[in-house]
Amino acid sequence: MKNISIYFQIHHPFYLRKYRFLDIGNDHYYFDDYHNESEIQNIASSVYLPNNDKLLSLIEKHKGAFKVAFSISGTTLELFQRYAPVVIESFQELTKTGCVEFLSGTYGHSLASVVDKIEFERQVKQHDALIEELFGQKPTVFCNTDLVYSDDIGEQVAAMGFDGMVTEGAKHILGWKSPNFVYCNSINPRLKVLMRNYKLSDDLRFKFSNKDWSEYPLTAEKYISWIEDGSPQEEIYNLCFDYDSLGKHNPAESGIYDFIIQFVDLVVQTDAFGFVVPSEALQQHQTVSAVHVPYPISWTDEERDLSSWLGNDLQNEAFNKLYAISPLIQTCQDVEVLHTWNALQSSDHLSYMSTKWFSDGQVEWMDNPYESPYDAFINFMNVLNDFTIRLEKHTPTKQLEDGIGRLKKIIEDKC
Amino acid sequence: MKVLMFGWEFPPHISGGLGTASYGLTKGLANFDDVDVTFVVPKAYGDEDVTKVDKIIGAGDISVAKRNVTFEDIQKKIDFYEVESNLIPYVGEEEFYKITQKKVKAQTKLVETNEDGCLSFTGKYGVDLIQEIYRYSLVARVIAQDNDFDIIHAHDWLAYPAGIEAKRISGKPLVIHVHATDFDRSGGSVNPKVYAIEREGMEVADRIITVSNLTRNIVIEKYGIDPNKVETVYNAVEPIKKKALSINKGVDEKIVTFLGRITMQKGPEYFIEAAHKVLEKTENVRFVMAGNGDLMNKMIMRAAALGISDRFHFTGFLKGDEVFDMLRISDVYVMPSVSEPFGISPLEAMQADVPVIISKQSGVAEVLQHAIKVDFWDVNALADAIHGILTYPSLSKMFKKHGRVEVDGLEWKHSAAHVKKVYEHTIELVKA
Repeated sequence: MKNISIYFQIHHPFYLRKYRFLDIGNDHYYFDDYHNESEIQNIASSVYLPNNDKLLSLIEKHKGAFKVAFSISGTTLELFQRYAPVVIESFQELTKTGCVEFLSGTYGHSLASVVDKIEFERQVKQHDALIEELFGQKPTVFCNTDLVYSDDIGEQVAAMGFDGMVTEGAKHILGWKSPNFVYCNSINPRLKVLMRNYKLSDDLRFKFSNKDWSEYPLTAEKYISWIEDGSPQEEIYNLCFDYDSLGKHNPAESGIYDFIIQFVDLVVQTDAFGFVVPSEALQQHQTVSAVHVPYPISWTDEERDLSSWLGNDLQNEAFNKLYAISPLIQTCQDVEVLHTWNALQSSDHLSYMSTKWFSDGQVEWMDNPYESPYDAFINFMNVLNDFTIRLEKHTPTKQLEDGIGRLKKIIEDKC
Repeated sequence: MKVLMFGWEFPPHISGGLGTASYGLTKGLANFDDVDVTFVVPKAYGDEDVTKVDKIIGAGDISVAKRNVTFEDIQKKIDFYEVESNLIPYVGEEEFYKITQKKVKAQTKLVETNEDGCLSFTGKYGVDLIQEIYRYSLVARVIAQDNDFDIIHAHDWLAYPAGIEAKRISGKPLVIHVHATDFDRSGGSVNPKVYAIEREGMEVADRIITVSNLTRNIVIEKYGIDPNKVETVYNAVEPIKKKALSINKGVDEKIVTFLGRITMQKGPEYFIEAAHKVLEKTENVRFVMAGNGDLMNKMIMRAAALGISDRFHFTGFLKGDEVFDMLRISDVYVMPSVSEPFGISPLEAMQADVPVIISKQSGVAEVLQHAIKVDFWDVNALADAIHGILTYPSLSKMFKKHGRVEVDGLEWKHSAAHVKKVYEHTIELVKA
């Protein structure tokens, strides 16, 4: 039997307010509450709540034969808690069916995994603690920010105790190999690696509503026939998309919901196919070979690499300066500071600084609050500057400062 | 195709962007074998090189000098006429008064040719200025009669009457090129006489070229011109020839530069206010306001009132190489123009590898991606952008890397090719 595993990713960043350099040292509030609130409430009512309703009725209809997995960032859950708690309740309803699995991930939808092992682990722990608190699940499969993966990251994820990890079935990594098998990490073979089938996934994500597409209109029968046409040995089809692919990028008028309902009906009816969640996929399928990924890959852009976040000097400076303060944070227990730290790490802030879009003018898909990459960079750096100054004040970095502090205390005690 | 072009300035005497633009465009057009340009300008200085003059033709008391201009890197000459005149571009009444006063002292020749003997300050555009424009159009008639051409091209309002006159005499189509309108120059308090001349030019013209969509909208909205008649052709920039020699900066601090006429149109006060904000927070920076203009004294007062004069410097008017040298020691170039139809100077800054901040109220903002764009009135945003470039090194690095490539792509030959298309289209339209 061929298995199909569906994952939805949900992430929203905390948008930064317009933060001028004159604010540095004077004003320590960084977020655009109005923008955050309106966007979250808007997408909750127009996309997430209706989507959850539809998934719930599908799950109930098929009595456990239909299953899905979610990868939701900690910042997103925080935003829901603040501005649309009903979405959390709705996910809790879904969880009760037993057909929903939550994947582990980074708390801030960050790229900590490529630069900072200590911070990476801290964020994963914080994320999973929140998942457990809200949904009562301890994730066993890891799904990194936008499926970022490399051999080293996989090794660390294995060391953190996860059984498997999801990543992009990138063509330049797999070559002639099929994504529809379970692979394993090349350093630690105990970590299984699930590969996203990017063709089938992107057909739904990007092409479904496109009337110029040669396969338009896409029907459930046609879609299933593509899976049937694959080699009979193929075992697992990982379909991953953003959750707002349903309802936003492919609006209800496009027929996406009818498609999903029919697709699920067809899969459940035939014996040849079944739905599994990632942890079940790992149990049911043997690994076929190791996958070698020396440099990080992701599901982003044609290049499937990190270039949309770390592709120019602006992004690299912002990224390096951000993680330079990580050691100061690791001893910090302040809730507000941690919240800001997580929020600043969201990869979105780096995307806004990308200059890749200048060439092909393809900016619309991204909810970018800035007029240019330069504006985005300056704003981010101003915030980071203020945040760094605050941190340094609270946590003296140099031994000298420590020493002075101790001496002062001694003097004070004696007086 | 023969083009009869009326401008009002040509190198070496340039007071504004128009001379640079008409030079670049003419040079760009010289790239085409099938385009011949005859360029006519009023001559205001009398110290031009006369050794190359072929012949002098007279029209009444107006002398006209014809010479050939050869472009260095293109093996082609254009006919070039200079019409003797007091006409000087971009001047309001005050400046015109000052310049002509000076000339009376320096050049007796002008005193002799001036019928009134002296110039009086009237409070409006001088009678003389308007008179000069019509004198110019009389010459245009003579030149139009003596020459054979297919299309007339007139740059900005002082040349419109000449273009109209040439069209009237020859019946050939007229293209006018709007580099600026009086709305830009005056900041809203438009001179009715100038407006009337501009509007007449636009109405009579068969086709109107504007230097940006910003200007195109002004032409359509404020002058009531049919949008179908108006087309935008962006300006470009001459590639720099000289190799950069090392230059002694003299001060350790970073330098933020405003370079241009110190007039309301250019928004100098926003630059000072932003400088004040930056200086409150940042050491290691100096501000330079290079150029002169009617607001200069006011700006000096303002800088003193803000207590930033030790860090805010005025250079006065810079010419030729001094401009390039100023740019080269700059770390940020700022153009906070209130209304800038195009604005070539940021492109020159980019050629000198200087990051630029430009106002959104400038035409050049429509073509540049690697520049920070702010609203001219948003002093906080401007200060923030200056501070950002000074403080975060990767910004300058990015601007240098990408800005240079971007500016090198803006070539006059592309603009000229576009203009040529406009000519062809106009000739066809008029025939049909």
